[in-house]
Amino acid sequence: MTTKSLTNSVYGWVDERLGLSELAAFARHKTVPAHAQSFWYYWGGISLFLFIVQCFTGILLLVYYRPGADAYESVRQITFVMHFGWLIRSAHSWSANLMLFAIFVHMFSVFFMKAYRKPREFGWLSGMALLALATVFGFSGYLLPMDELSYFATKVGLQIPAAVPLIGPAIASMLRGGPDVSEFTVQRFFALHVVVLPAVFLPLLGFHLWLVQRHGNAVPPSEETKPANERKSIPFMPGFLRKDLAMWLISLNILALLASVFPWTLGKQADSLTPAPLGIHPEWYFMSPFEMLKILGNWLPGEAGEIAGLLLFTIGIVLWVLIPFYDVKNDGGRRARAAHYFGLVAVILLLATTAIGYWTIR
Amino acid sequence: MTTNIVLEEAKVVPGREEPGETRTRRAFLVAAGAAGLCYTAALGYPIYRYLASPAEMASSATAITEVTLKDAQKLPAGSVLMFKFGTAPAMMIHHQDGSWVALSAVCTHLGCTVQYEPQANRIHCACHGGVYDPRTGANVSGPPPKPLKLFKVAVGDTGVEVSRA
Repeated sequence: MTTKSLTNSVYGWVDERLGLSELAAFARHKTVPAHAQSFWYYWGGISLFLFIVQCFTGILLLVYYRPGADAYESVRQITFVMHFGWLIRSAHSWSANLMLFAIFVHMFSVFFMKAYRKPREFGWLSGMALLALATVFGFSGYLLPMDELSYFATKVGLQIPAAVPLIGPAIASMLRGGPDVSEFTVQRFFALHVVVLPAVFLPLLGFHLWLVQRHGNAVPPSEETKPANERKSIPFMPGFLRKDLAMWLISLNILALLASVFPWTLGKQADSLTPAPLGIHPEWYFMSPFEMLKILGNWLPGEAGEIAGLLLFTIGIVLWVLIPFYDVKNDGGRRARAAHYFGLVAVILLLATTAIGYWTIR
Repeated sequence: MTTNIVLEEAKVVPGREEPGETRTRRAFLVAAGAAGLCYTAALGYPIYRYLASPAEMASSATAITEVTLKDAQKLPAGSVLMFKFGTAPAMMIHHQDGSWVALSAVCTHLGCTVQYEPQANRIHCACHGGVYDPRTGANVSGPPPKPLKLFKVAVGDTGVEVSRA
């Protein structure tokens, strides 16, 4: 038996049982539209790559991390005692931030290409859920080193659910595991971060990716108006896949550069008796809501401002999430333009409040 | 469907290609392989060292040649003191006749920690019933293939110094 015939017979045996050739045929026939906005198609893949990096570096950190009262000491060990521990921790933190950035780019490109329209509503909804989970990943992971910054960030962050009328304080106290941020908080945030969130995130991610395969890439409205024979597409295998992997490689290089040149720092151990350090501020992906609440609080002082802020947020997010259900027409009518302006206002509001936030903490 | 695969392989038979194309493809594959190896090494080395950190720290601990046990000279005759020699458990016995013996407490059979039994005048391993002599460490009965390692003992006024024999 030659090697080739042996390979073929092994392939035949596996194929008969798993249907590999159907998958291969699917991959061969899959195409990706090619047009001026094709660049934005890569951002979902980049988000996925950075999530994979999170899984790997997270598992490595799990090897030495100890939740509970020992949390700070174990992160200090990882950062200063274990070989290359600083690099792995730095990569995990940087990759988390880059992943959220990539998800935001992905979301806005989907929004402006109107890729949430029929039949892709579930793709949009699952994507929004994944983004929400990613921010909870970020928030819960931020506390785990239990240094000064993470301690106060968690204290302040949990004031937001606490502001919800009636049930708010109970929710906040349930999340904290007591009236104040303590080792119990670290322990339950740890369980959330490494067990609960992945268990919810992974199947949802699988669903999201399956939908992409089922419906293929959406084309922007400007392409849709072209006659079918003028639209171009490239085969997924190997052309698009090669470019996709090149993007992954570029992402890996940028991540390696950032993680090693700007290593993530570890502050002083959290101490409830030490006053909050000057210039303390939320992570950039929470800066915008933080700043909006602050501005609203200046307008409407007291509880009224808090409730008005939360109400406004809730309405804005609900409108954003439900966009596939009221921006449905395929022509560029008035509603389509309104949705477009809604997106622009959202982007400008996010950028402006983030900028103001960073400006005022200096 | 197998025929499909064969057909595709037929396309890449070198004879059907321009000779220059084969050369550039080979050069590309070599370069890609080399780059892949570089990436694997650049990612694999830090990860390996990171995971190996405790083993490296332990190896500096096992390099220890002597341990001073403070106030151990007060150990009553007929009793035993368990201590760590480097990272491994060890025991020091003060016999009724006044002699001092220190030996490794790791069973030479499968590594359980052994126990001194003064009434039976033996060192016993509960895992598989190995028995050692409490003065020489010699394996007396049961599965142990080798004796327990003996240490040198120097009893002073402030403590006992145990060192590798």
